[in-house]
Amino acid sequence: MYVIVAGGGKVGYYLAQHLLSEGHEVLLIERNPDRVTEINDVLGAVAIPGDAAEAGTQAAAGAARADVMVAVTGEDEDNLVICQMAKEKFHVARTIARVNNPKNEGLFRMLGVDVTVSQTNYILNLIEQAIPDRSFVHLISFHEDLAIVDAKVSETSAVAHRAIAEIELPVNTTITAIARGASLIVPNPGTELLPGDDIIAIAHQDQEDELRRLLV
Amino acid sequence: MKAVIMGCGRVGARVAGLLDHTGNKVTVIDTDSRAFRRLPAGFGGETIIGTGIDEDILRKAGIEHADAFIAVTNGDNRNIMASQVAKLIFNVPEVVCRIYDPVREDTYRRLGLTTVCPTTTISAIVLDHVMRAESEPDGTRGGAS
Repeated sequence: MYVIVAGGGKVGYYLAQHLLSEGHEVLLIERNPDRVTEINDVLGAVAIPGDAAEAGTQAAAGAARADVMVAVTGEDEDNLVICQMAKEKFHVARTIARVNNPKNEGLFRMLGVDVTVSQTNYILNLIEQAIPDRSFVHLISFHEDLAIVDAKVSETSAVAHRAIAEIELPVNTTITAIARGASLIVPNPGTELLPGDDIIAIAHQDQEDELRRLLV
Repeated sequence: MKAVIMGCGRVGARVAGLLDHTGNKVTVIDTDSRAFRRLPAGFGGETIIGTGIDEDILRKAGIEHADAFIAVTNGDNRNIMASQVAKLIFNVPEVVCRIYDPVREDTYRRLGLTTVCPTTTISAIVLDHVMRAESEPDGTRGGAS
């Protein structure tokens, strides 16, 4: 696969290194010529200097035959335009943008970026999961707007000591597993929820708050 | 009319001053508060510090009721992103985006943005003057070289 990486900061550098080690063809575009020299000294001749949002730079990088364009600069507006130019001018099949402001994820997808990666959100999630005794944790986002969450049933929860069939879950929400002590329970409609249960559920992201109010 | 202008450089400040002077409601956004010094004396519009690629800042600037959005910061990509937000998220009827890079300008014009490219515009005017001087020799220096 031919991958062009725009932005030679830490993310771009380690990404290029990783892709190379997996046997992909990689070219990195970096604005700062000194940084290009640094990268090429370590990784071999993989980086070229230039403004990745410019069509001329993308053409020189061989965007026309690239399978993927990954834009990982520190500026959201640059990442957006790099991906849009790659798509519009060079018909790159898959564009991936790093999103620094988590609020921009939806916008980028609406504007044609295929995949968005929000470092800020990932780090927030990891930190949230690492804090003990959290009653409701968003574990992961996937498929655009779905989420897997972990909710702990409290003593005072409205669903404690009730069977799953009796609970009115938000639409399209599924309880996929219950972690009770050391055992993992695959739930059926008759399974009773007990205080202390960890409920693993799949829900739409905009229903997370509703689910939190219901379960916790 | 209500206009939101992003970027209070020479162009932004001048357009803001002219629109304000002719009785329009104007809000100017810039990341640097010192930029607002460029606004003419007696400017009656609003100023907001922040970046126009942030939806919250645009809302604060009244983008939801704006008839026009003008993106004239010195960053092409910032102008492009903010213009797309104004047009597609806030449905502003008239969005004008300055893009210095002619290829980028061409691409986003095709994608439906109303764009202004100073590079091509000024080059055309300059060339026009040069060509005219060549075809209408005056005085002692005649003919094309």
